[in-house]
Amino acid sequence: MTLVNTNFEPRLAHRRRIGWFFAFACASMVVLAVFVLGVLLISVADQGWRWLSLDFLDNFPSRLNPEKAGVKSALFGTLWLIGLTAAVSVPIGMAAAIYLHEYAAKGKLTRFIELNIANLAGVPSIVYGILGLAVFIRLCGLGRSVLAGALTLSLLILPVIIIASREALAAVPDSIRLAAFGLGATRWQTVRSHVLPAAIPGMMTGVILALSRALGEAAPLIMIGALTFITFVPEGPLDTFTAMPIQIYNWIDEPDLIFQELAGAGILVLLGMLLPMNAVAVGIRAWHQRRKAWS
Amino acid sequence: MTGITGIVRIKERLIHGVLFLCALASVATTAGIIWVLAAESYLFFQELHLLDFLFGLRWAPLLEPKSFGVLPLVCGTFLVAGGALLVAVPIGLGSGIFLSEYAPSRVRSIVKPILEILAGIPTVVYGYFALMFVTPHIIQPLAPGTDIFNAASAAIVVGIMIIPTIASLCDDAFRAVPQSLREGAYALSATRLEVSTRVVLPSAMSGVIAAVILAFARAIGETMAVTLAAGAMPRLTLNPLVSIQTMTSYIVQVSLGDTPHGTIEYQTIFAVGMLLFLVTLTFNVIAQGVLRRFREAYE
Repeated sequence: MTLVNTNFEPRLAHRRRIGWFFAFACASMVVLAVFVLGVLLISVADQGWRWLSLDFLDNFPSRLNPEKAGVKSALFGTLWLIGLTAAVSVPIGMAAAIYLHEYAAKGKLTRFIELNIANLAGVPSIVYGILGLAVFIRLCGLGRSVLAGALTLSLLILPVIIIASREALAAVPDSIRLAAFGLGATRWQTVRSHVLPAAIPGMMTGVILALSRALGEAAPLIMIGALTFITFVPEGPLDTFTAMPIQIYNWIDEPDLIFQELAGAGILVLLGMLLPMNAVAVGIRAWHQRRKAWS
Repeated sequence: MTGITGIVRIKERLIHGVLFLCALASVATTAGIIWVLAAESYLFFQELHLLDFLFGLRWAPLLEPKSFGVLPLVCGTFLVAGGALLVAVPIGLGSGIFLSEYAPSRVRSIVKPILEILAGIPTVVYGYFALMFVTPHIIQPLAPGTDIFNAASAAIVVGIMIIPTIASLCDDAFRAVPQSLREGAYALSATRLEVSTRVVLPSAMSGVIAAVILAFARAIGETMAVTLAAGAMPRLTLNPLVSIQTMTSYIVQVSLGDTPHGTIEYQTIFAVGMLLFLVTLTFNVIAQGVLRRFREAYE
């Protein structure tokens, strides 16, 4: 006749103990991830620090004289590449995001474009390399030039820029647009003078992260044939080139130990460019979240 | 005044058109990818039967006797990507739960950018890490006699690479679960563990599954780390301690050599590229489908 189960035992102490164990396990996963990052950076630095010097930045790669090898051609190639990639991908990416978020009517075409961009973001970088090889090298006859490399990388990071820029536009409240329309502004006037200024910091974060991804890409550049031994600095967009990740790959592939150390030094130079870019992007985001113009 | 409005209207139209063209650039990219891959693959499959390609057990396009069975490459790809998930899912999911359910906001704001650094490190660096550290200092002491190039080291570094993808997508999914659900469970005297695993995790399951599938697709498409760490030996094996070859590293191998344009060896990179494209596309579409179909809507 007992309706109430008198044997009810919450066993709270036991459950809490398991809970602590679980919390500890989750926290240690985070610690493990951070620890792995530390090991990675230290093991690279350990290999490469001896070769890091101003001469390393100012010398050309050399097979006969590895002691005097440097990354000048790769460094300049990478700077050319990033400059051209930014010049092509940033305006197009931002414009596409503005169209999709501010202009496009919610129809089938818009949905198709959006779906298409989401899927492009998941296409492996090497497939973009195949595209670049067939279109820019064979079809357009650009040769193994900086321009061909930059166009390939632009296609690669375009979806990333569009998605990030759209998110930044979506974070701008509608009241700002409505207020501008209410005062008789046209759509472009609204976008240019009110929506864009509010969205630019968020867009910048996405753009910088996308460019830093392009900076580290090697696979698409190898596809279009950038893996050549080059001891000069490109002087125009149609010159052949090499880039930091390519030069690093080249050195890793050499059997001698000294080249492995050079690769380590090259990685330190590359990370020395990448990590500050990431830090700036994250910094802009944090700063922007703290002082949004509209809240 | 009317003249000015006319000019303004034309300008608006013009800007609208330019912006639209930029949005179409992405569609053109997709069309370009499909056209390029399909055109060269078509030539390839005129010389070789599709089934011989898909189900052949031997991949030796550069050696005599030639053989174009892609299964060893597919096997190598899935071996590395599957191994990467074994590394990344526990660490990524654990980190995601910690970040969203346990970490104070200050810890969170420090840890999240650090995890993002892992995603920002170039893949060629991970390849270097696999060759210089993971293989000699972790795998070879545990399994003496392992090849310098082996699938396990590739799987480990690709796993590290996709931790942030899983952690950050899981964190987003957990944080989308409304606080009221957690508070309801706490009111019934659930512990934090029970809230995390029996309320938050089931509610966010679609997001977690999508995160894992997306990370898997990324691991399949990963190129440089795998090329450097896993070697170039197409082999139909599940043994992670030997050298294998993935679809991506095969494409790199051919493009590094001087295979003449127009030969069947040259066309293989498009056929393998097509397969790679279709496989990653399938997983991406599945992940989006999971998110759409099984999302618990709370608002």
